[in-house]
Amino acid sequence: MKRFAFFLAILLSSISAAQIKVDQEPLVFDNPQQQERFNNLTEELRCLVCQNQNLADSDAPLAHDLRSEIFDMMQAGKTDDEIKSFLIERYGDFVLYRPPVQGNTLVLWLAPVFLLLGGGAVVVFGIRKRKIMPGNNSDAGHY
Amino acid sequence: MISRLLPLMAFLLLGILLAVGLTVSDTKTHIPSPLIGRPVPEFNLPQLFEPEKTLSQEDFLGEPYLVNFWGSWCPTCVYEHPVITDLARSGRLRIVGLNYRDEPEDAKNWLSRHGNPYHDIVVDYSGRISINFGVYAAPESFLISPDGEVVYKHIGALTSEIISQTILPMVDEMKREQS
Repeated sequence: MKRFAFFLAILLSSISAAQIKVDQEPLVFDNPQQQERFNNLTEELRCLVCQNQNLADSDAPLAHDLRSEIFDMMQAGKTDDEIKSFLIERYGDFVLYRPPVQGNTLVLWLAPVFLLLGGGAVVVFGIRKRKIMPGNNSDAGHY
Repeated sequence: MISRLLPLMAFLLLGILLAVGLTVSDTKTHIPSPLIGRPVPEFNLPQLFEPEKTLSQEDFLGEPYLVNFWGSWCPTCVYEHPVITDLARSGRLRIVGLNYRDEPEDAKNWLSRHGNPYHDIVVDYSGRISINFGVYAAPESFLISPDGEVVYKHIGALTSEIISQTILPMVDEMKREQS
């Protein structure tokens, strides 16, 4: 019951989070290049409220705040890397959609390679074996 | 023989992955804070009841304290409220309320309805300071050491278990080191 109440509270909080007043002031870019840079950057960054959305797409109030923070930093002449490390220092690597290659993410980066190699090996092994199998030649046409 | 078992092994492996994924997803919202072990972010914010007076992180040096991010718009804060009140009444830890992205009038009404457990309340109207804390929802709580270091962070409602099993032992330890 307590667990349920907690769950309900979490659920309600996620609904209410969307109800905070949001500054709808649009950002004004100096030039199209700047806007493109902003779009690329916010697409690579995660909205921490709606965790499967990026900052560019999210309508959560925090995403608005972070977008205007990023915009201000761009206006102040900060590089993309400086802006990213500003966010990582506060929210952790989780804010990046493309996680860095480091100790705790190695499995994430290497798993696809190993899965591909493993799958490839199984396929090659299977084909070789099928070729050797006697009696298969007569009905090879079935495959 | 081995090739017969291969699909079964692959299936078992997938099963294990699924089990791990399901148990880990429970902690998905617990994003580790890079702030642990680092100085508390600087702030200088107006107080809710005396907006002309501000409080900064330096005003709290010398004793451990808890910064609790809350807002009148946040139902989980209502759920958390009795726990915060109990902790404040125990007198074992100073609790600083940080009113996050809220209208001061709404915040005051909320406090008069539910009671004000906080020793101090500061207001982050724009949410800028909360970004420096890496806050992304309310409630969130940060335990700060007497020398101004972030020692613990909790996302979501605090429970009496977390307070008695994690926060208060840390507070006692800090107080022991101090004396």
